[in-house]
Amino acid sequence: MALNIIVLAKQVPDTRNVGPDAMTPQGTVNRAALPAVFNPEDLNALEQALRLKEQFPGSTIKVVTMGLPKSAEVIRESLYRGADAGYVITDRCLGGADTLATSYTISQAIRKMGNYDIILGGRQAIDGDTAQVGPQIAEKLGLTQVTYAEEILSLDEKARKVTIKRHIDGGVETVEAPLPLVVTVNGSAAPCRPRNAKRVMKYKNATAPAERPADQAEAIAAANASKPYLNITQWGAADIDADLKQVGKAGSPTNVKTVQNIVFKTKESQTLTSSDADIESLMVDLLNEKIIG
Amino acid sequence: MANFYSDHPELKFQLENSPLMKRIVELKERNYADKDAFDYAPQNFEDAMDNYDRVCELTGDICANIIAPNAEAVDAEGPHCENGRVRYASKTYENLDATVKAGLCGVTMPRRYNGLNFPCTAYTVINEMIATADAGFENIWSLQDCIETLYEFGDEEQRKKYVPRVCAGETMSMDLTEPDAGSDLQSVMLKATWSEADNCWLLNGCKRFITNGDSDIHLVLARSEEGTRDGRGLSMFIYDKNQGGVNVRRIENKLGIHGSPTCELVYKNAKAELCGSRKLGLIKYVMALMNGARLGIAAQSVGISAAAYEEGLAYAKDRKQFGNEIINFPAVYDMLAIMKAKLDAGRSLLYQTARYVDVYKCLEDIERERKLTPEERAECKKFSKLADAFTPLSKGMNSEYANQNTYDCIQIHGGSGFMLEYACQRLYRDARITSIYEGTTQLQTVAAIRYITNGFYTQVITDLLAETEIAPEYAAQKARVEKMFEKYQAAVAKVDELKNDEFKDFCSRHLYEMAADTVMSILILGDATKRPDLFDNSAKVYVRYAAAEVEKHSDFVADAQPSDLANYRK
Repeated sequence: MALNIIVLAKQVPDTRNVGPDAMTPQGTVNRAALPAVFNPEDLNALEQALRLKEQFPGSTIKVVTMGLPKSAEVIRESLYRGADAGYVITDRCLGGADTLATSYTISQAIRKMGNYDIILGGRQAIDGDTAQVGPQIAEKLGLTQVTYAEEILSLDEKARKVTIKRHIDGGVETVEAPLPLVVTVNGSAAPCRPRNAKRVMKYKNATAPAERPADQAEAIAAANASKPYLNITQWGAADIDADLKQVGKAGSPTNVKTVQNIVFKTKESQTLTSSDADIESLMVDLLNEKIIG
Repeated sequence: MANFYSDHPELKFQLENSPLMKRIVELKERNYADKDAFDYAPQNFEDAMDNYDRVCELTGDICANIIAPNAEAVDAEGPHCENGRVRYASKTYENLDATVKAGLCGVTMPRRYNGLNFPCTAYTVINEMIATADAGFENIWSLQDCIETLYEFGDEEQRKKYVPRVCAGETMSMDLTEPDAGSDLQSVMLKATWSEADNCWLLNGCKRFITNGDSDIHLVLARSEEGTRDGRGLSMFIYDKNQGGVNVRRIENKLGIHGSPTCELVYKNAKAELCGSRKLGLIKYVMALMNGARLGIAAQSVGISAAAYEEGLAYAKDRKQFGNEIINFPAVYDMLAIMKAKLDAGRSLLYQTARYVDVYKCLEDIERERKLTPEERAECKKFSKLADAFTPLSKGMNSEYANQNTYDCIQIHGGSGFMLEYACQRLYRDARITSIYEGTTQLQTVAAIRYITNGFYTQVITDLLAETEIAPEYAAQKARVEKMFEKYQAAVAKVDELKNDEFKDFCSRHLYEMAADTVMSILILGDATKRPDLFDNSAKVYVRYAAAEVEKHSDFVADAQPSDLANYRK
């Protein structure tokens, strides 16, 4: 059985490598100081998709991202690792979206793509840390969802069922779910494979139309005529039949009221000697305050 | 994220350094004939260079983030022999999985067999980085270059059968040495007999010190001509592990490169195919195999040198004594500067050699398709000779530098360097083999001696001095190099005049090093002229160091007499 797999990917500021200038004095993220990267858990999701593709030859992996035109970079990175095609959802009216508007927009895009057996995404993005978009997409599409997935253990083509290992508090859980479904993948899952040399050489010039300099757009389109794999599909709100009231800022009930710049300070300190009595009293305090145990 | 390629612009510089590169790519790509047939083939020179750059970058990522972090565990666990088979250290499988998924297999092989069709120069950059990450793993990975020999001397059927398998990630080994045939391969006894019943050759006997001896595809040197005792009775065979018949008796317990299994193999009626013509196994094919392998060890050596420099530098910046980071003490920064100078100069020699290899190998390959023009034939001959003359310099000097740099790296670490917790001790152990295998430094000197005595190195140095653009800022260094060259010529003339073969052999290491020091001095001055931001310090430090070395050798040779040999003989 060949599967139709969709992977949700997001380009995010690299909050894992935070330098001293990562925040503005106002306490907001200084995006210019943080390089844009492939959201780490989306890479874990891509790896699960690639493993399914290996297991079920003939399967296709389509990667969808929403963001600025330069977010097509995550599509290229996916193509380098084994994805078959990519879609960039970009439009001015989509900016400022919260999770509700984002999940609406992406679910509209998925509806337009049609034909899917399994939709995989990272558990959450390292910029917002909400973990809401995957589950909301599942709800909007009326699909089963399995979150915190660590590994897709098996897929039964006849019964159209998957068995998935989930990473939960204090252990793991194995669940079974019907296809089609949405799976969000945890960072503890297998890391994504490296880029492949031949695929890098093949796809290095793949672009979305919005990325192409205006004066070269025609030449690139002509050059790509014989190499359709170099065209990354780009959709705006109209292409996915989106209701403009439900996208971008207009569709986002979330409002940031204030942003506070918090500096952590030590409030009190205690000095202990290395005597058994001091250590014991510290243990008792920690247990009583439920800091450990 | 750390990246062994983009963090070290010296590598990109060497990849793009020479105007020869344009010629190499043009030859390798047959004027870009593959551009419409393969979606990953380059359209033109710039496109090809961009491809090499990108693939080196993705390799740098794998090296820094997968292979290097695994190196300590691989070194500690090592491979095991179970029921006649090799089981690698568990993290070695992770490394192999990463390099195979990244498609870093059959790097130099043509696209029609699923290779990347990269020149040797680009392959060498990848090889060097993998060695920096883990020299033991580099052994397993880089044995893919045995496929060059199968490609060059096997028939089309064998190419179609084996090359795509290597491009898909199957590993290789070259089974040459035996308990009584190490440096002296003429004594190989493994027996090959033609079996009418099986319609194939059968191999019987044993091999020792075989790197990655449980590989998928072996090239085996065996005695096919009964009754012979020398090299002319040896032929080259291909043994496919799927056939069965070869078992691993034991894995050696080594000082270094623990990740790489060094095996003793037992052949019992192992079915094999003849590669090329009978009787040419040693005299033609192994010689070709060895030249490629020697360049590989030169790259491995440079890779280890680079790792040693980085480890030493990081420790010296971090470690405080007497209230000061030790990098601020002249005794320490002197060591680091010399390490870097040897690294940069040795690397320049490595890539100069790789480019020479590329030009003649590409032309030889074209000759398999069509007749070369007289100009092409002359070009092929010229570069083949240059490659042959530079390979022993590059292998010998870089392997010695790797040993010296890892020694200094431990020295910078002081007492901590002697403890097994730090990476420097692994580098030191790993470096030790580089000046031994694929021909000891002493054998590199033997390979180089004819170019010393026939005046070829003199010609090469004269040409290099004339052709290399050296900035006026380096006039003092250039003058010093010219003095070095004079001393080299005087030493060679003295040894020549005495016409005593034993004395010539006795002095050869000194003459060899003088030639190499002079060549590397010119190369590093040329590099510093192009990129003073990267090489200014190394050029000045290296020339000062090399001049002192040449002086030492010059003094030794000037003073020595054949009658002195009596003091040395036992």
